[in-house]
Amino acid sequence: MRERSSVDIAAGEALLAVENVSLSFGGVRAINDVSFDIRKGEIRAIIGPNGAGKTSMLNVINGFYHPQAGRITFKGTTRRAMRPHAAAAGGIARTFQNVALFKSMTTLDNIMAGRTLRMHRNFFWQLFRYGPAMAEEVVHRRRAEEIIDFLEIQHIRRVPVGKLPYGLQKRVELGRALAMEPELLLLDEPMAGMNLEEKEDMSRFILNMNNHYGTTIALIEHDMGVVMDLSDRVVVLDYGRKIADGTPEVVKKNQAVIDAYLGIAH
Amino acid sequence: MRAEATTYTDTFPKLLLMNAAQRSDRPAMREKDLGIWQTWTWEQVLGEVRSFALGLAQLGLKRDDKIAIIGNNRPRLYWAMCSAQSIGAVPVPVYQDSVADEIAYVLAHAGVKIAVVENQEQVDKLISIAERLPDLTHIIYDETRGLRDYDHARLKSFVDVQKLGNQQDARASAVQWEEAIAQGKGSDLAVILYTSGTTGRPKGVMLTFDNVIKSSRNANAYDNLDEKEEVIAYLPMAWVGDHIFSYAQSYCSGYCVNCPESPETIIEDRREIGTTYAFAPPRIYENLLTLTMVRMEDASPFKRRVFHYFINHARQWGEKILNRESVPIHARLINWLGDILVYAPLKNRYGLSRIRVAYTAGEAIGPEIFRYYRSLGINLKQLYGQTEASVYITAQPDGEIHADSVGKPNYEVEVKLDEKGEVLYRSPGVFVGYYKDPEKTAETKTPDGWVRSGDAGFFDPKNGHLKIIDRAKDVGRLKDGTLFAPKYIENKLKFYPNIREAVALGDKRDFVTVMLNIDLVAVGSWAERNNVIYASYQELAAHPKVYDMLAEHVDEVNRSLAEEGPMAGAQIKRFLILHKELDADDGELTRTMKVRRGFIADRYGPLVVGLYDGSKEVNVSTEVTFEDGRKGTIAGLVKIRDMKTHPAVIAAAPIGKAA
Repeated sequence: MRERSSVDIAAGEALLAVENVSLSFGGVRAINDVSFDIRKGEIRAIIGPNGAGKTSMLNVINGFYHPQAGRITFKGTTRRAMRPHAAAAGGIARTFQNVALFKSMTTLDNIMAGRTLRMHRNFFWQLFRYGPAMAEEVVHRRRAEEIIDFLEIQHIRRVPVGKLPYGLQKRVELGRALAMEPELLLLDEPMAGMNLEEKEDMSRFILNMNNHYGTTIALIEHDMGVVMDLSDRVVVLDYGRKIADGTPEVVKKNQAVIDAYLGIAH
Repeated sequence: MRAEATTYTDTFPKLLLMNAAQRSDRPAMREKDLGIWQTWTWEQVLGEVRSFALGLAQLGLKRDDKIAIIGNNRPRLYWAMCSAQSIGAVPVPVYQDSVADEIAYVLAHAGVKIAVVENQEQVDKLISIAERLPDLTHIIYDETRGLRDYDHARLKSFVDVQKLGNQQDARASAVQWEEAIAQGKGSDLAVILYTSGTTGRPKGVMLTFDNVIKSSRNANAYDNLDEKEEVIAYLPMAWVGDHIFSYAQSYCSGYCVNCPESPETIIEDRREIGTTYAFAPPRIYENLLTLTMVRMEDASPFKRRVFHYFINHARQWGEKILNRESVPIHARLINWLGDILVYAPLKNRYGLSRIRVAYTAGEAIGPEIFRYYRSLGINLKQLYGQTEASVYITAQPDGEIHADSVGKPNYEVEVKLDEKGEVLYRSPGVFVGYYKDPEKTAETKTPDGWVRSGDAGFFDPKNGHLKIIDRAKDVGRLKDGTLFAPKYIENKLKFYPNIREAVALGDKRDFVTVMLNIDLVAVGSWAERNNVIYASYQELAAHPKVYDMLAEHVDEVNRSLAEEGPMAGAQIKRFLILHKELDADDGELTRTMKVRRGFIADRYGPLVVGLYDGSKEVNVSTEVTFEDGRKGTIAGLVKIRDMKTHPAVIAAAPIGKAA
């Protein structure tokens, strides 16, 4: 399916590095001393059983949670805590496990909302949609339309997203994240609740996104087939600890993963 | 009949040169891209076609080579056809949703050298079958997405091929190219269209430029189409209809072809363009109507009343106004008001505000649906066509519209019936033969140029219109020799919402009988309204009141058959309502929901005996398969109702002769 050389990635620089990160909520240790990196241009999967700390990990990366210990290095800058809006400005976009869109706005408006960070004219210019603000709007609308074309959602351009079926809402959410032109895209279960055909479509979009725009992607997914097909490298978490890290082939054969994640045969 | 010019432009590349000279600034093609309609004038199309043609020649495409076209309706795929034809190659459009195996058969059979495809999906299919196609040297794609990292040894983008063409000395190559075009003649092979073929392998129908262009010119004349028409190209490019509507007729008259943004956006795109000439199979009109009715149910009570008032008015008067019959002034006034409040907004929704001619064909359309659109003032007509005829055999002339006929022969088309009732036709559009299949050609086409359509029909004695009744092989005879067309009778019955399925029997028997299935939704809601209590399908089906209601429908069908000349003897004498629904799981229907008559006659043997031995009721038990695979039996008493037949109406007009 993909003919990309894994050599590039192995030699590639780390876009993001997580070092010895720990996070607890009261007495519960959600993440326990986890380290891994995400290299530029790769598709990195984070897998693990329910409650393994996957979503918490994404929340740490984009600054929603602040870890008690450890360091995060993004594009060469090391920090312990960060605000989500700063993460977004720095080039990290994400989608959510439960779709989080503006339900009463159209697909187009939702995707345009993803362009907000890239708009430079201030509120008053935009209010009148005149002169430079208009010119800017045209540029951004073009980008939004390219994304609509890319994700094949032309037919729902003017439909309020609240009326759309779940699979399409997921696609719109991906479109909004993509509209930010992120360097790192975090996808939290992009295929949850989808049927086989929708999963295939979504896989194609993720691969094309990576191939066409060169976006680095970190995704959480439960469908093992999808994970093994899509990702360059996989990190496996269990009860907040990292138990394996490597290419899909390596991870698949790891006994700890088979026991903990895929389950021991009963 | 229209006087033919003594000389005319006889190939598509020549027509393109002519259009580019005479209509250089008129739009030839549009496509919606990134939400905006992009337009190409005839002059620009010429430029695109020339660059691509020169590129194809550089890739080694020669006269008589075959070139496959696979994808949704995109401007570049249409241009590729003309580019190929300009250097004497023959385009072979292939159904874009075919699986790789089917594509492999067609490409190998046609000996395709170059394939021009829409996108990654089609490229992947071709790569997966590449080793079975030794003749295939290059694959050219339109949409570049996802293809960057593919091995480009045999793969090229459309733009790269055009660049290849443009690298040469511009003036010299343009001259050479026009010389190549001048070499083309009307009798050359223009296109090979593979018919999807419900039985056996697809057959490649060979059509010459003369076939396609003469047929298109006649069609343009028949409906007065000119360069101002707008059509939307959305049906498969491999289907002869699209080839004629979106390519041939456009080149002949100079009208503009619009490619939708994506297959899902057609309704909206059609609304934006406002097509003036349209074609759609009955299913599409049906869906639009259902959608309207469902949405109206959700509208406010006031809007609903306004809607129904004016729709009822249109039902009574709209068609008469469209047919220019005399209509009282008050009816015209209400119609005018209705147009402002209901009809025009509806037509706008359907994208049919500016429609001049809309056709439906392919299968029978429900008379209610047909009349609904006509009553709104939309000139919806039926036509009868085949790939082997370059589409046009018969069509309904303006003002002579009947819901159940397919009209009169088009210009220069001759139609006759053989002794078995099969329709034969001869016209300038008639195909040369099936590619590499002289045997099948001889079966279908007589030495003097008549083509067997495979359909049985008759000319309505009232108006001389052709009616298609069934596939010729399914048509039988009663013992007294009367024509018996089961599907024709079944379709008439099935147009009643209360009847879900019908099975007509009569071949080699004394008279016609039918077995019916009620529609549980329609009859169920009737039962609710009329306080008829029932516990199961079987109970409802056996209810005397249901029998009375269906007897009325059968009687109406008999009455209409009585008026139809040769069909008058095939009126229904006895009928029964089956005690179970026909089901594909029990093998009674095909997976595409067509009744399997022979199988049903065997399975319900005792009922068939009862229908013909005069019994009033029959005891049966039938095995059924449940959804989980378990088997069970349904047993019960099935009543049989006798019907009276109507005397045949003798037509005053003589039977219509073909032109």
